[in-house]
Amino acid sequence: MAYSEKVIDHYQNPKNVGTLDKSSKNVGTGLVGAPECGDVMRLQIEVDEITGTITDAKFKTFGCGSAIASSSLATEWLKGKTVDQALTVDNMDFVEELNLPPVKIHCSVLAEDAIKAAINDYRVKNGLEEIAFEESLVH
Amino acid sequence: MSLQFPIYLDNNATTQCDPRVVEAMIPYFTNNFGNAASRNHPFGWAAEEAVDYAREQVAKLIGADPKEIIFTSGATEGDNLAIKGVFEMYANKGNHIITCNIEHKAVIDACKHVEKMGGEVTYLDVKEDGRIDLGELEAAIRPSTILISIMYANNEIGIIQPMREISAIAKKHGVLLFSDAVQAVGKIPVDVNKDGIDLMAFTAHKMYGPKGVGALYVRRKNPRVKVTAQMDGGGHERGMRSGTLNVPGIVGFGKACELCLTEMEQDAAHTSVLRDKLEQALSQIDESYVNGDPNYRLPHVSNISFKYVEGEGLMMGFNKNIAVSSGSACTSASLEPSYVLKALGLGDDLAHSSLRFGLSRFTTEEQIDYTIKSVTETVLKLREMSPLWEMFKEGVDMESIEWAHH
Repeated sequence: MAYSEKVIDHYQNPKNVGTLDKSSKNVGTGLVGAPECGDVMRLQIEVDEITGTITDAKFKTFGCGSAIASSSLATEWLKGKTVDQALTVDNMDFVEELNLPPVKIHCSVLAEDAIKAAINDYRVKNGLEEIAFEESLVH
Repeated sequence: MSLQFPIYLDNNATTQCDPRVVEAMIPYFTNNFGNAASRNHPFGWAAEEAVDYAREQVAKLIGADPKEIIFTSGATEGDNLAIKGVFEMYANKGNHIITCNIEHKAVIDACKHVEKMGGEVTYLDVKEDGRIDLGELEAAIRPSTILISIMYANNEIGIIQPMREISAIAKKHGVLLFSDAVQAVGKIPVDVNKDGIDLMAFTAHKMYGPKGVGALYVRRKNPRVKVTAQMDGGGHERGMRSGTLNVPGIVGFGKACELCLTEMEQDAAHTSVLRDKLEQALSQIDESYVNGDPNYRLPHVSNISFKYVEGEGLMMGFNKNIAVSSGSACTSASLEPSYVLKALGLGDDLAHSSLRFGLSRFTTEEQIDYTIKSVTETVLKLREMSPLWEMFKEGVDMESIEWAHH
């Protein structure tokens, strides 16, 4: 199976690889997937408490090229968005942007889940209620 | 000679056809295009003569009589013909088959088919070293057992089974022994008489021959073995496999066998030196593990897991330049990693992190040096990107994390 150029580009030049201080109150961390399934994504966001804007985003991913590309793309999309805007990112956005084939849709779902998990972590840390998301259909 | 890309290290999937094999085949596409079954004119005679000669070349490589060679389209057909053919032919003797859980899919699925037809199949586990337990094999034999089907050497890890001990057990209990010997024939000495094998499938394209042609060895003496044909037709190949013979393919297969017989020692020495160099260098990487016991391995195969990086992601780092395969099955719908590696007792995480290297007589030291460098760099790069590697370095107990299995 050949990867799309965009996947290859993110794989070769991943954006925002790294680690934010997960103990910090304005950092939200989402860790999704499982080693046994062959993908684990960790996505972190740093939020400006006053404006609610995501000022920084970092990822580390164990997985195939599509999983790495999806998480790299997620960090790019998240920076500059408000937390509310970030909640609207859908897995199909990744599928379209990266031209993912059907067998790789789970990578996009994982990226969406990682965003939601990071936002919830941030909300809980800041005394807000956890948002109950619907179970992803693809899992 | 300058290094040319891409480098091919996936020789357990298929091998490059040796140019000497191609040369031998060419006349049988053009001048000598006859049907080997045409008994009444020179075109048929030439084709038949070529097939007879190839049959001798193939038989010689495995210590068989030429009459014991049934040409097939490849090992999948050979596996099916042996298992289903024995099941049907010996139905009055019993209906039980013993095999193991690291066999090729063609064997496992043929056994599943037999189960649907009313047969019973025992799937033996393998030990951590990749070999079956002989005690378990013997204990699994019942009065109704008609066939033991154990592969000679495994395609993913290169582990060689103790065929002579297995055949001694089979003989003691009067059970036929079939072996899928695709990866072994041409690479290590295989002798159907010394090894005590009654039926054996192998194929040309794993030993520098063409695709689409293989053979099933069927013993004719002590005991005389028969299989029920699985395709109806003209009764070719002593009635066991109908269909016009693939003459150019068979000629190429014969030539490939002849070359393997004369060059096996040299090839094995060449590939094992390079394989050991590759394996030793890649074992220097932290948290890398060689899969399968190195004491019982084919000379040209190495399977290594690089913990905390995923195999498909890893291959993407160099697959424009180096062709290997992985036990990660990220592209398959099931997301299940290699059942062979799991059968050795590897966790799914290590199975997902594995690469298989298969070398050939054409592999060069420069290619291996490049591969060592490229794989090492990619592993290190991906570990910097891996949350699991970070946790490992921080001493986080990953077993304690509640992973969201999907």
